[in-house]
Amino acid sequence: MLAVSPPDDQRFGLARHIVLPGPLALDGGASLSQIEVGYETYGTLDADASNAILICHALTGDQHVASNHPRTGKPGWWARMVGPGKPIDPARNFIVCANVLGSCMGSSGPASADPVTGTPYAMRFPVITIRDMVRAQALLLDHLGIWSLAAVVGGSMGGMQVIEWAATYPARVRSAVVIASTARHSAQNIAFHEVGRQAIMADPNWRGGDYYGQAEGPSAGLAVARMAAHITYLSEAGLTEKFGRRLQKRESVGFGFDADFQVESYLRHQGLSFTDRFDANSYLYITRAMDYYDVAEEHGGRLADAFRGTATRFCIVSFDTDWLYPTSDSRAIVHALTAAGAKASFVELSAPFGHDSFLLDVPELSRVIDGFLRAGL
Amino acid sequence: MNLRPDLAIIAEHVAPGARVLDIGCGDGALMAELRDSRNADVRGLEIDPVNVSLSVARGLSVVQGDADTDLGFYPDKSFDVAILSQTLQTARAPDAVLTELLRIGKAAFVSFPNFAYWRVRWGLFWGGRMPVTPALPVSWYETQNIHQLTIDDFRAFVAERGITVEGAWFLAGNRRIGDTAANLRAEHAVFLVRG
Repeated sequence: MLAVSPPDDQRFGLARHIVLPGPLALDGGASLSQIEVGYETYGTLDADASNAILICHALTGDQHVASNHPRTGKPGWWARMVGPGKPIDPARNFIVCANVLGSCMGSSGPASADPVTGTPYAMRFPVITIRDMVRAQALLLDHLGIWSLAAVVGGSMGGMQVIEWAATYPARVRSAVVIASTARHSAQNIAFHEVGRQAIMADPNWRGGDYYGQAEGPSAGLAVARMAAHITYLSEAGLTEKFGRRLQKRESVGFGFDADFQVESYLRHQGLSFTDRFDANSYLYITRAMDYYDVAEEHGGRLADAFRGTATRFCIVSFDTDWLYPTSDSRAIVHALTAAGAKASFVELSAPFGHDSFLLDVPELSRVIDGFLRAGL
Repeated sequence: MNLRPDLAIIAEHVAPGARVLDIGCGDGALMAELRDSRNADVRGLEIDPVNVSLSVARGLSVVQGDADTDLGFYPDKSFDVAILSQTLQTARAPDAVLTELLRIGKAAFVSFPNFAYWRVRWGLFWGGRMPVTPALPVSWYETQNIHQLTIDDFRAFVAERGITVEGAWFLAGNRRIGDTAANLRAEHAVFLVRG
């Protein structure tokens, strides 16, 4: 257990859940009358509440950043970055990680009960944006008594939230760490997401989103969505090294459509195991939020204007084998920060794992994050 | 702090609290010195990712980038001082880099190895080979110095463009020397210029 809670304060600790009063006005025009948030905290909040670090998770991530996942029993998704002696250390910082709005691990999303009807929202849940997720996190921090953040840190969609934090609440963010991310979703990014959404909606068990309480949900569609997305998280060289054309438990190809190849078997497993822990409608809503994401568009078409006058320190990191959010995406952020006169660091790290490098063993990433965060103390 | 001699000269002449951009900042040694002893607001640009990681890990604001392509993103006169140390001779377009330097910085320090240093002349004249000296330690085929220049070349270059030289310092080995016959006697030069 990493968590050290101030005694008797139920707001702090692992596996927390809170219903915050709304209304929360959303970018799409709708509003939520109340906002549920599942979250975890690690470490101890200073007396002046100045040592908090917010960690933002990726598309299918959750608040269990450094604690075992309640459904899979697996270690936290960023246990190599968060923990005693790690770059983000609960001995030094008070660490908060919240399940994003629209997700399915305790925060309001399509699987939550609509307070008006008492039944799941399903597709009646309003379409949300990355900025809406950030607004919900800000409400949580208000509840926790944290105004200023020592740092906001995230990879992939977590990095998008970090940028929105810096652009929306610049005075609340002292340092920002954006890893393997982008300031806008590209046509290719949207295209891959659309494949995933269509796979889910083409599954007859999806039933227009009203599958809650049914014997079968759209798990086949969700598994295909995950398989397609998973390919984009890896590099071609990584796949070749891991699987090549090796066959799965057989001597020769079967002249059929079983999983002859190891890579097929691996993807099928990734798809199936994903359906045990994720809600298909949440996948629709969160991918939509990512597709709508374009920080420049929110600031009159100039990304630099999102950061004008900012005092936040930025650290941008990309990976040379990431083709989902390639280095050119990070450079666009860096150029905007440069034009805005912001304090920015940027490095492209070399790692073989593609987009997923931010989650995996890249010692250089730990060194960069550690040094950057320490310098901001 | 044991700074390279040309960097020590630059560090001595940066005003306390100045906004500084160090282009080609290497491992960030000069940046760290300016931050710690001059309380300067320092940013860096560096092409080598290993050097960038080192600098960021020591808490410096350094962006991985190329002086030939990335200077255009910095606003006009956004720094009190821009520094180009041992980088001019490695640029694909040194004239364009220098123009950018003086657009971004109100003033600029430029340091470079002097190709007219007597040992270089000696090696080329008597040996007939591209010189390898302490200041130019790498063979012709692997050197990053693709635009070698001399002190007199630099003086002529800035004169043609109406750039003011506000200071010039010369080094032989690690020792500072006077102006006399600097183009022959100096291994390194540091210029402070203003556009």
